[in-house]
This record gives sequence, C-alpha cells and structure tokens, in this order.
Amino acid sequence: MKILVAVKRVIDYNVQVRVKEDNTGVVTENVKMSTNPPDDNAIEEAVKIKESGKATEVVAVSVGEEKAQETVRKALAVGADRGILIKADGILEPLAVSKLLQKIVEKEKPDLVFMGKQAIDDDCNQTGQMLSALLNWPQATFASKIEIKDKKLEVTREIDEGLETIEINIPAIVTCDLRLNEPRYASLPNIMKAKKKPIEQINASDLGVDTSPRIEQIKVEEPPKRKAGIKVKSVAELVQKLKNEAKVI
Amino acid sequence: MSVLLVAEHNNKELKPFTLNAVTAASQMDTDLHAVIIGNNCGDAAKKLSELPLVKKVIQVEAAHYENFVAENFAPVIVKLAENYSHVVCSANTFGKNLMPRIAASLDTSQVSDIIKVISADTFLRPIYAGNAFATVKSKDPKKCITIRPTSFDPCESSGGSAPIEKAEPSEEFNNTKFVKREEIKSDRPELGTARVVVSGGRGMQSGDNFKLITSVADKLNAAIGASRAAVDAGYISNDHQVGQTGKVVVPDLYIAIGISGAIQHLAGMKESKVIVAINKDGEAPIFSVADYGLEADLFEAIPQFIEELNKLNTIQK
Repeated sequence: MKILVAVKRVIDYNVQVRVKEDNTGVVTENVKMSTNPPDDNAIEEAVKIKESGKATEVVAVSVGEEKAQETVRKALAVGADRGILIKADGILEPLAVSKLLQKIVEKEKPDLVFMGKQAIDDDCNQTGQMLSALLNWPQATFASKIEIKDKKLEVTREIDEGLETIEINIPAIVTCDLRLNEPRYASLPNIMKAKKKPIEQINASDLGVDTSPRIEQIKVEEPPKRKAGIKVKSVAELVQKLKNEAKVI
Repeated sequence: MSVLLVAEHNNKELKPFTLNAVTAASQMDTDLHAVIIGNNCGDAAKKLSELPLVKKVIQVEAAHYENFVAENFAPVIVKLAENYSHVVCSANTFGKNLMPRIAASLDTSQVSDIIKVISADTFLRPIYAGNAFATVKSKDPKKCITIRPTSFDPCESSGGSAPIEKAEPSEEFNNTKFVKREEIKSDRPELGTARVVVSGGRGMQSGDNFKLITSVADKLNAAIGASRAAVDAGYISNDHQVGQTGKVVVPDLYIAIGISGAIQHLAGMKESKVIVAINKDGEAPIFSVADYGLEADLFEAIPQFIEELNKLNTIQK
C-alpha cells in the first residue's frame, strides 16, 4: 500500500502574525515558517502505518514556492521515503491545490492520501474534501483514529457533537485532526539521511491546471482592537463589575 | 439570483445554527430557499418552512441520508445548485465536511467561514485564526459560502409558511458507510457554542486542580476550556483546547484562569465579548486582551470567586 501525504508550509503557529501596512496581506519576510501542524499528524500517521508493515511507501508532496522544499524535506526526516514539490508562485486557492494534487494522484496511484484537516494560514478547510470530490473517492475528515482493515479503513472523526465512526473503502482521502497522534521529532541522523532522499520537482504549469485565483483579495486588515481593559483589585470587585457593568452574570 | 441554504438537522429538529445560517444567507439575497436532506425528516422540514425568511423548502429523503454522509449529500445539492447563485451552510463540522465537496464539483472556489456579508459577492472572513481579517470577492458564477454561526444572529423561528417541495434523491455512494456516532452527553454547553467559557492553563499545576475550573463552570453553566499548555501537560483532554490549533470560541464571557496568553491561545478567544483574566503574573500577555484583569494567586482567588457567585442569585442555571 502506498500513502501520499500532502504538507503545507505556513507561518509557524508561535509567530505573531502581522498585517502588511499596505493591507495586501500579512508579513511573511523574515518570519519563521513551519509545517502546518495537522500535516505533521498526517505524516506521522502514514509513517506509523508503514512501520507496522501495512504500507510499503510514504510519499510527501507539497505545492508552493521553491522554499516549500524545506517542508517536504522535514517530512522525509520523520520517515517519508521520497518527496514531490509542485512549484507554483502566488496565491493558490484550495481548489487549485486539489486539482494539482489530483494530477499527482493520477500519476502516483496511491491507495491513501493523508493531509491536515485545515491549514492555519488561510483557515479554509477545503483541500482534502475537494480532492476527494474530484477523484470521487470517500473522505474521512477530522480523523482522530484510523484503523486499517484489509481494503477498508475505520476512521473516528471529531464532530461538534462528539465522535463519529465511518468505514471507507480504499482508495480514500483522510484529513487529520491534532488528536490523531503525537508527531515525532526528527533526529539528527534522520535529518542527515533525509538530505539524500529524492525530491522530484514539477512545475505547476506543466500539469495543465489553471491555478489562477477565483477569489479577489480586496484587503487584509488588523482585526478591531479591543479597548483597553482594567485591573480590578479584588474578587468582590470583579464579580460586581461582571454583574453590574458588563452584565454577563 | 437566489440562495440555496443547506439546513443542518437531526431528522427531527433543526440544529440551532441553521437559524444563524439563514440570517447570513438572507443577507446575500432575500430570495432564499432551503434544502433539507435526511430520512423521515418531515418534522424538521416543517420547522424550516416556518422560518419567515425562507421562501421555499426542498425536502429530499432517502434511507442513505439518515446519517448526513457528505458523499451522499453532495451530488443532490450539486444538481439543485443549477438553479441558484449561492449555496450556503454553517462552518461547523457538518458544513466544513460537506461544502468543499459541493464546491469542487461545481468548479467553484469556496469562501469559508465568513463573519460578515458585505455584498452578494464580497465577504469578510478571519484568517490566521482571527489575527487578520480578509475582505474577499468571489468571482465564480456560483458561490459556495460557509458562515461562522456565532457571527450572525439566529433568524426568527416562527410565523412563516413556505411551501415544501420534494426532490428526487441521488444514488447512494457505496464506498462510505456510517458506523456509529457517540455524542458526548453532558449537562454542560458545547465549548463552541457556550455563552460562558471558563478555561484553565498551566497555572492550574495539575489535572486535579482543574476541579476548581469545573466548580466555576458549574456556577455559570459554562463550558470548560484549556490552553494548549494545560493540554500538553496532561491536565485535561485536548477536546477542551481553545486556540489556533484547538477550537475558536466567541462566548459572551470568557474567563481565563492561570493562562499566560500565548499567541496561539489568544487567537482562539480574543473575539469573546467580555474577557476576564486571573493570573498572578501581572505582566502576562493575557491581560492585554482582558476587559477585567485580576492579578492574584488563583488558588486563593477561585474559592473566593465561587463564594461571591454563590451570593448572587441571578445566575442562570
């Protein structure tokens, strides 16, 4: 069984995101970038499945600028066998990314495609579902547990009401929740080894997909600032303020 | 132009957020139709028809719609979408799972999780977990929009009498089977929709001490939240995590106890209407977003807080 894992390079979750002064986007220059957190869970799960003997190959794929290679390389350092970078500049909407991934799926013919449930930059939460629609494959979104049963997966999904379990036939798409597993850290020897693993580079324009944006980003602004609060001196004062001033209790 | 709203329900009743989604959808175009897909969902369809903003209800029923599997829902909505300019539903796990499957089939670039309708094609949506707001304009001929329910008021729920039309179900998707749903049975409100959220952080020092958080939450009929630090330390399970990598909450009152206010936590709660911070470190970043800050040792302050709450008799149960 072969597992394709899609990973995205995003601004690290510990960075205070700042809006550009000209309101065209957020500042990305000289900002720490990392793998989108739930994509780390996706890689971890794929590598665990391979380690259990149920998968033979894990391929990491990313779509983005040249530097997204670092994100693919990190996936290789935690156990993916080889990488693919689809090079594309500018804003890529999930619809475009899923069309590019569809081309890779057609070429690589994986049994499973894993990715994070949502990217923490654009917060769209679309790519996995869109890819499964384009392929007409089953989708298991927000997965917090995956069990492989022959040609099927039993997946537990995080839903607002609690947990839902579904059974899907392979081939299938799974989008991963942070609760799925605990991603490992790359060891130094594995980081060194990952440098020798192959990363195939493909230009998005060679895949015959129109990636031009369908959504015009008119402006990006700071969210409204909260007005300065006050410090209260005692618990009694706090409760009085909440009751009489804020009227929330 | 008209808008098709996808109703969320449990076959008997509408889910409350359907009312918020109706409000949002009606701001895109007042010619608003709602589709309800389910199994034996006549009661819920009737409730939908009573919403004054809804002009027509389309009811689609089949056994394979019983459990809201997106692979079954999407084809029927894609077919109905021929007659509409917009398809809208809530950006909760139901809508997040479903809408992109519809959008991709319509070759539409979806606009997710909007918090404001600026015009029929222009919307405001938070990005970077609310650290920035983007104004975006959809150029696709058919628009697929999910809305953040807490950003829109629920619509009027009675007085309407829209006609209910039946539509043909689509075929069952055989590669996905629903197995079971385990709803968390709790007297507490859900974290994502609670009016009050009480959260604990690393300052709680142990899982056992989280009982203090529970006691406060009991008094205020609140949901229990936690910072990533508290979850990572094992004080509480991670379904309580509030933040960029957890849940984004927008309650009327958010009480942060022993939470320093890491960037990724603030991203998940700073849109709350009123924020209270209780922390012994007066320099903690949480105070920068708090309406009311109390610099105190939580182990002294929380028992006093509970005592003060006991004195009030206006607390909602």
